[in-house]
Amino acid sequence: MTESSIAAPSSPAAIGGLNLRRHLRAFLPAFSLVLVLLAIAYLNPRAISYFGFSLMLNLAIPIALATIAQMFVIAGNDLDLSIGTFVGFIGCVAATWLRDAPFVGALVLLGCIAVYAGLGALIHLRNLPAIVVTLGMSFVWQGLAILLLPKPGGRAPDWLLAIMSVKPPLVPFPILAALLIAGVAYVGLMRSSYGAILRGSGGNAAAISRAGWSLLTAKVTLFALAGLFGELSGLALIGITTSADANIGNGYTLLSIAGVILGGGEFVGGRVSPIGAVIGALTLALAASPLLTFLHIPPDWQVAANGVILIIVLAARALISRKGSDRR
Amino acid sequence: MNALSRLFAKPWLWSFAGALLVWLAAIAFTGGYGAGGMITAALSLAVFTVVVGVGQMFVITLGPGNVDLSLPANIGLASAVAMKVMNGDDSLVAIGLAAALACGFAIGAANYLLIWALRIPPIIATLSASFVIQSIDISYGRGLQIKPPPGFADFTNIQVLGVPILAILTALFTAAAAVALQRSIYGRSALAIGQNLSAARLAGVHVEMTRLFTYALCGALGGLDGALLAGYFRGANVDLGNEYLLASIAVVVIGGTSVAGGKSNVPGIWGAALFLVLLLTMLNTFGVSAGVRLLLTGLIIVAVITAAGGQKVPR
Repeated sequence: MTESSIAAPSSPAAIGGLNLRRHLRAFLPAFSLVLVLLAIAYLNPRAISYFGFSLMLNLAIPIALATIAQMFVIAGNDLDLSIGTFVGFIGCVAATWLRDAPFVGALVLLGCIAVYAGLGALIHLRNLPAIVVTLGMSFVWQGLAILLLPKPGGRAPDWLLAIMSVKPPLVPFPILAALLIAGVAYVGLMRSSYGAILRGSGGNAAAISRAGWSLLTAKVTLFALAGLFGELSGLALIGITTSADANIGNGYTLLSIAGVILGGGEFVGGRVSPIGAVIGALTLALAASPLLTFLHIPPDWQVAANGVILIIVLAARALISRKGSDRR
Repeated sequence: MNALSRLFAKPWLWSFAGALLVWLAAIAFTGGYGAGGMITAALSLAVFTVVVGVGQMFVITLGPGNVDLSLPANIGLASAVAMKVMNGDDSLVAIGLAAALACGFAIGAANYLLIWALRIPPIIATLSASFVIQSIDISYGRGLQIKPPPGFADFTNIQVLGVPILAILTALFTAAAAVALQRSIYGRSALAIGQNLSAARLAGVHVEMTRLFTYALCGALGGLDGALLAGYFRGANVDLGNEYLLASIAVVVIGGTSVAGGKSNVPGIWGAALFLVLLLTMLNTFGVSAGVRLLLTGLIIVAVITAAGGQKVPR
């Protein structure tokens, strides 16, 4: 999970310490997920069942997809503040055009990926701060969503509803979907040779450029992938909620950033972890409501509980990392 | 000629040019009607963005990843605190303002405590903190119906020759902030930290104190803004600060401050705040729908930032 950080320790003892720390850090996201699951199992044993997981983790699929989208952008040292409204806009497209005029809908979806790719090119060529460009785009997507669907409504296409309500034997669908999403992103970004170049463009752009790779292509690819996964997130969301609303995805911007960071990603240096990001998204989805409901936390303080959970997980990670850096 | 080219090299010029342009477009549409009124209205609304924008600018100056996402929650809570302490009584205005400032200051200091003690990235630290603050505000401000003291509410609306008095005070404050940024030890320290943290530390800059002060300052300005907003809009509200999350970041960056930190300017915040408010005014005079207004706002922000161009990559 931290393949990108190649250190050169001097003594065998240091190597052991370094590996231990790396493993601790890599397993922390999974550990926090297990902790949340144990808490839920303790509070309400019946929730740990096929039906319980299908219900609790349902909304985790779009969150995980949005988190992966954000992860691609963060891998290139940028931040996408528009992913939430983009997911909302795609949801509106899915609930209207994609059902009534599938061909137009598909064209719009392709066009949106092209827009994302174009943003990547624009940001690279003009050396613009991605935060501001995506900030502007968040207004654009929201405006388009309101124009398309002024009132909540529409209906998801039947095939989308069918996909999202699949009931596979033994393993609940959200868990299968999470494994699939994590697997695809992991192989693509961490195990493929171009994936290494993409991460490298965030880690050391000058080195990648001098090695003969185009930074423009890398940025465009990262943004196009973010657009693609953002669309998958919007489609999955509408497949679950069955109808759309222009504001449906607004919370996803901050959720996706938190998911990437919870999963062990860092804002700079191309250090991200697809598996961690998906686990982070699952943790957020579980911690967000099922856990708090079972804890009987009053609604007023549920938001605060979310914040506290985030702080605790990150504090644990900082503790582990600091122990390592003290030893060095 | 030389002076002219120096002026054109100023990063904040573009935001004022943008503001002028949208204003001209708006009065061209109305045929000159309401030109002055538009500026008065724009000034009175821009003030609130400028106050938090200055705080956000100092935070962004500290370098990559430094940004305060807790401002909206901070504004909401401080507005409730101010209204409760003032309790509709003109004689308690000063105490209420002080309470709002203290509330914001404490939030800012708490933010930095999270960043420093737990080594959490500032974006996530302030985001997590904002969740907690929001909950406190919801539970503290539940059913709060207290109106601001009449004297305070009137004060936020006083105009001198069409210029709101708050705008004049804010202009004085921003001038002081500009001097503090460029000439004071604190400002220079913040800039140095943003340019190179390790170099600043080795050069003897009090890194932790400077960063603590910056987050606390930003928090305090958020608190002050909350109190002023509650006075201007006649009451506290949990959602009072919502639009200032994006707005505070947008005015800083459109104003020509580098998001990478270490290169900031104060005048640009005024230009960008006026630009954003006038843009909204212009689109309203055109009578477009909410969807089109959002769409155009976004496109124009992207266009402006593209035209102004990014900074050269530092070597």
